[in-house]
Amino acid sequence: MSEIFTKSMARNIYLGGSVFFVLVFLGLTFDTTQRLPKTDNRANLTEQVALGKMVWERNNCIGCHTLLGEGAYFAPELGNVYQRFGQSKEAIKGFIKSRPVDGIPGRRSMPQFNLTEEELDAIAEFLKYSSEINTNNWPPNING
Amino acid sequence: MSEVQLRYKTQAVAKPYFIAAIGLFVGQVIFGLIMGLQYVVGDFLFPEIPFNVARMVHTNLLIVWLLFGFMGAAYFLVPEEAERDIPSPKLALALFWIFLVAGALTIVGYLAVPYATLAKITGNDLLPTMGREFLEQPTITKIGIVIVVLGFIYNIGLTILAGRKTVINIVLLTGLVGLAVMFLFSFYNPDNLVLDKYFWWWVVHLWVEGVWELILGSILAYVLIKTTGVDREVIDKWLYVIIAAALITGIIGTGHHYFWIGTPVYWTWLGSVFSALEPIPFFMMTIFAFNMVNKRRKQHPNKAAVLWAMGTGVMAFLGAGVWGFMHTLAPVNYYTHGTQVTAAHGHMAFYGAYAMIVMTIISYAMPKLRGLPAMNNRAQVMEMWSFWLMTVAMVFITLFLTAAGILQVWLQRYQPNALPFMAAQDQVAIFYWCREGAGVIFFIGLLCYIGSFFVKGDNNGTAAAVVPG
Ligand code: HEC
Ligand code: HEM
Ligand code: HEM
Ligand SMILES: [Fe+2]
Repeated sequence: MSEIFTKSMARNIYLGGSVFFVLVFLGLTFDTTQRLPKTDNRANLTEQVALGKMVWERNNCIGCHTLLGEGAYFAPELGNVYQRFGQSKEAIKGFIKSRPVDGIPGRRSMPQFNLTEEELDAIAEFLKYSSEINTNNWPPNING
Repeated sequence: MSEVQLRYKTQAVAKPYFIAAIGLFVGQVIFGLIMGLQYVVGDFLFPEIPFNVARMVHTNLLIVWLLFGFMGAAYFLVPEEAERDIPSPKLALALFWIFLVAGALTIVGYLAVPYATLAKITGNDLLPTMGREFLEQPTITKIGIVIVVLGFIYNIGLTILAGRKTVINIVLLTGLVGLAVMFLFSFYNPDNLVLDKYFWWWVVHLWVEGVWELILGSILAYVLIKTTGVDREVIDKWLYVIIAAALITGIIGTGHHYFWIGTPVYWTWLGSVFSALEPIPFFMMTIFAFNMVNKRRKQHPNKAAVLWAMGTGVMAFLGAGVWGFMHTLAPVNYYTHGTQVTAAHGHMAFYGAYAMIVMTIISYAMPKLRGLPAMNNRAQVMEMWSFWLMTVAMVFITLFLTAAGILQVWLQRYQPNALPFMAAQDQVAIFYWCREGAGVIFFIGLLCYIGSFFVKGDNNGTAAAVVPG
């Protein structure tokens, strides 16, 4: 880098540039939060959904699954499992309930979480709510 | 054999931090190998160590050892830059033990009891923060991390404020404060999934593609000044330009995670455009490292450290820049989002940028912490072997995962008769086997790395005697 471009110019670009983009980002974040009610399905964010999210978190489902494409890549995407299971909360509950304690020989296995009926209802409701978030048409197909 | 002394005696607190970092790195890779096997032998260690548990251990150990590395780096280089000792080496050592014990207890918690039990006994209900990727730590562990980092910043911050302020130590301090501030968002966990995800990225993305780049840049600049003897003015200017590019592209670049999570559509444009520019700072780091080494005014006896520094430049650019760019445009990300392509990128980027910069500073600092100008030649040769083994293995891990990922996209998301997830995984199993093989090579490289610290040579410091460093 030549003499014309001095260290203090470099510093000013760094300081000015980062302050500017921090402010832009905060502005965009404000705008995003204003628009979210249209897409984030908050109308259906019930107590039960909130409990479902808690159940999701305290059993670390994200450690094997993706949810809206984020998480682990070991097991199926669950953001659209409600659609994949024919919009049946019962099917989701049935699947979770029926996991064998010792896994399935040779196959990637999901633990038996021994969830209560209340927890099962909540997690199914949470997965339904997640599937109704407007995700800009993601995933590309039903397989997730 | 010439004993060299540390310029400031409190620099010595860096040593336990570096040793712990390496120890935890070993643990991280062991759990990586366990998961790698579970990918193909699904019931391996089930139900004793379910995949999600191994994954938490793997990724949390990664973050913790990198934090140990950053702290060790700061304790080593800040006194030299600021030209004074840190105010409280006792605090630094106490925090070291607190962090190590808290970290170990957390890992034991993951392994010993079901996660739901851990959540319960640590009172997650009071302030639920657990169960999100990378932020799985119990809330009390998170609070512990904050306390440790605050104490650390107190020590480092006071040293810098009272001492000589160089561009390197100011940028490093800014990065470390930024690390602490962004981590606070891990305590925000709203019921609304979209908001949760939106701010989750303020920790994860704004760390690795934001404030951590400041830490990376300043450590790299420090090692290059020391090993090449290039004029500080030149190095400082580079450092400013690199971090300017990092923040100008990386902050709005967060938008590349806001394509499909329920956020407004304008992020597909903003995220794509700005993140497409994010490779620039990484490319500049590569050019920076090579340029400084070419212009060097001296032949530093620590050749291994110079190799690590140049390697960091190249691998950070490949992993973050090239592999990041590959899937960052929204139309591509639509298909690759949450596939093995992501895993491929995550591995090479974390290794190339952050694991390698920590090994760079360890390589430079550890001999000095042991009273040597540089390791003996045999030890350095072994260290360079470990560099190549680990780095080449990581390139192959990345290539195999990329192949698996592209096939996964094709089989599961693109072709007309697309397969369900599990069926598609079966089809690409061969690549997971290959990844596991490369992972074993990586592990061997890591063992060589550790071995290199114990290699005795008869020519300790002779290289240094030829050309004073
Ligand atoms: C240790 C890893 C692991 C954890 C943790 C885990 N799962 Fe799973 N899950 C799997 C695997 C593997 C499958 C695929 C099973 C199969 O096809 O045989 C699966 C499948 C599913 C399915 C059916 C998906 C489909 O499309 O077929 C649902 C629903 C599900 N899991 C829900 C959950 C929930 C809810 C949690 C948390 C309470 C959870 N899982 C935690 C591994 C896990
Ligand atoms: C050497 C052997 C290794 C193996 C076999 C391995 C394997 C794995 C596996 C199976 C996962 C989980 C992927 C999933 O969610 O399905 C993972 C995640 C991860 N590993 Fe490794 N790993 C290894 C080494 C490393 C190293 C050296 C690093 C970094 C320095 C690293 C960083 C990561 C990161 C960042 C993730 C999370 C990725 C993401 O969320 O996309 N791993 N690893
Ligand atoms: C050293 C710097 C970087 C590191 C350590 C890093 C690491 C990671 C990790 C671990 C993930 C997975 C997160 C998750 O689990 O959900 C990820 C995702 C992603 N990264 Fe990076 N990254 C870096 C730089 C970059 C850059 C420079 C770009 C763009 C040019 C980029 C583009 C992306 C994209 C688009 C995703 C989302 C993938 C998806 O949709 O699944 N990254 N990164
Ligand atoms: Fe990112």
